[in-house]
Amino acid sequence: MNAASLIQAVKDRFPAGVKASHSYRGDATVILGREFLLEAARMLKEDTLFQMNFLMDLTAVDFSTFGTKRSPAFFANSGIAVSPSPEIPDADPWSGPPGGHPSAGAAPGTPGGHPSAGAAPGTPGPARFVVVYHFFSLPLKHRLRLEIPVGEVEEAEPEVDSLSSLWASADWLEREVWDMFGIRFRGHRHLKRILMYEGFVGHPLRKDYPVNKRQPLIGPVN
Amino acid sequence: MSDHAGFFTSRLDEAIGWARKFSIFQYPFVTACCGMEYMATACSHYDVDRFGAGLPRFSPRQADVLFVVGTISHKIAPVLVRIYEQMAEPKWVVSFGVCTCTGGFYDNYATVMGIDTIIPVDVYIPGCPPRPEYVLDGLIKLQAKIQIQHSTGQRPRPEVRPEFER
Repeated sequence: MNAASLIQAVKDRFPAGVKASHSYRGDATVILGREFLLEAARMLKEDTLFQMNFLMDLTAVDFSTFGTKRSPAFFANSGIAVSPSPEIPDADPWSGPPGGHPSAGAAPGTPGGHPSAGAAPGTPGPARFVVVYHFFSLPLKHRLRLEIPVGEVEEAEPEVDSLSSLWASADWLEREVWDMFGIRFRGHRHLKRILMYEGFVGHPLRKDYPVNKRQPLIGPVN
Repeated sequence: MSDHAGFFTSRLDEAIGWARKFSIFQYPFVTACCGMEYMATACSHYDVDRFGAGLPRFSPRQADVLFVVGTISHKIAPVLVRIYEQMAEPKWVVSFGVCTCTGGFYDNYATVMGIDTIIPVDVYIPGCPPRPEYVLDGLIKLQAKIQIQHSTGQRPRPEVRPEFER
């Protein structure tokens, strides 16, 4: 299936769950409510229309400082190479982070500064994190990206459902997201750090982790 | 009599230094991309065996020189220290690549900013990665250091540079 029909098929099955969708340069992306994740993932895996038997990647993005730094557009006339090139026509531009961000779209010309950037209609508000799932179907050769906004309200450790019962590869990927972003996965059997060591405090890829903070196991703090 | 004894031990030091510097058994502690350059240096094109360092030992207990090749993270730092402690005296450490020397371009939560913050280092070979010629140069410098070392393992005193004395 192509990107548009993939999105439409997901929308037909989860009319209440799909918050937004886009297909930036042919990559189908569906932004889904957190409570629909497990159900939708099972459908993607088992439905004969999708047959997404391969969870290629699972990661997260912290949008808490999104829009506070200069965008590539700022450098466009500076001689620094930016991508994608402005010459390439962009029929279906990226609409900004799921759930929108207070600063995105508020002031034109700021990052995410596309005219259409901003909260998608019907979203509950800005989400701090987005958990991103990349699915691929080996028999049908199509792929779909699922984005789950989490942390709409202030919660120290936002939680989503674990997919480790459906794809074994989710096990370590979810541990990595927990380690780096501090997002919990409900139903994971042993959610513990995978890259950092036991005793490491905090989650280093969160934007509020101090960039200079060092926690050596041995030797001086430098 | 004492003069003769002094003369004899100094010659013995020289002989032991000569023997040691041409029989370097190295332990390659390879963690990152510098390992490819290490392999290039070790293989026949550059042939580290010309300098008597051709036989890596994969037990620190049998090795003389610890080659720390690649980025050292905080997670693996205690392992590196344990490897170093397992080596028998006399032992030397070569810091291979800019990440082991100073942390390189890493300045983050994960990376040790130079292995000399946790173990003593004899020779630093900068580069990202260092060319094999750099490595061989570093090895020759290490050999010179081994040559002038006292047979008891005592390092020679650092050269006094009057211009830097306060």
